[in-house]
Amino acid sequence: MTIQQFVFLLISAFTLVAAIVVVTDRNLFRAALALIGSFLGVAGLYVMLEAGFLAAAQILVYVGAIAILLIFAIMLTRRLMQTHESPFNSQPLWGFVASVLAAGLLIAVIIQTWPSSEYTGMPAVSGEQIRGSVDDLGSILVNVDGLVLPFEIASVLLLAALVGAIVIAWPEKDES
Amino acid sequence: MIPLSWYLIVAALLFCVGLYGVMARRNAVAILMSVELMLNAVNINLVAFWRYLNPERPIGISWAVFVLAVAAAEAAIGLALVIAVFRTRDSVVAEKLDSLKL
Repeated sequence: MTIQQFVFLLISAFTLVAAIVVVTDRNLFRAALALIGSFLGVAGLYVMLEAGFLAAAQILVYVGAIAILLIFAIMLTRRLMQTHESPFNSQPLWGFVASVLAAGLLIAVIIQTWPSSEYTGMPAVSGEQIRGSVDDLGSILVNVDGLVLPFEIASVLLLAALVGAIVIAWPEKDES
Repeated sequence: MIPLSWYLIVAALLFCVGLYGVMARRNAVAILMSVELMLNAVNINLVAFWRYLNPERPIGISWAVFVLAVAAAEAAIGLALVIAVFRTRDSVVAEKLDSLKL
């Protein structure tokens, strides 16, 4: 086993264990902290895939914004944090069975379609190209032949989400 | 060298952990957190396919950026809804929010 594979397995195990804590822990606040750990693990996987820009964006957006937003929501609904009830609804067993079956199906498809004997490693590209991938990303986002339309729609979507979140969470006027 | 399938399998497992959370958790905030896990799993797939199959064109990472933007919008709206529901119903247990059911 090479050092790369060892680091990969370490990061993946960390990510998956943190994810399992997120979906099973009774204390929501602890689940949110584990979610931050899982996001960091995914950022580590991006680094191993030589997508440094996405790793930075992942930390900024997920760890810096989404996780903090989640912690805010948990604090605002504080009483639910120290609950002694079960964290699960009425179907934890069937949910478990269904997700194990889904995992088996996905892994079977992956092993047949992309066998590890054929796709053994990353194709070698120059460091120049990896560094240039952020430039390429920037230009494809504003290129008329590229993704300029989804890019502009995403900006409208974010504006709508911003205004919508404020409107939805605004307290009603007649509430005392 | 790490085979492509390792990344895909990690992403599949992460997706299924999130799927379990969506199906089995009671709390709406926990369900949102599980959805974020699923979106992350999809992003790992997109980046891995970009790097292994088509590193010349940044299609994979640009879609991962879009997923990031949509996830941020989804989290903002979802949490605003959770706060609004908590204010009116005093509970965020997803099973009890059934006033739209016949």
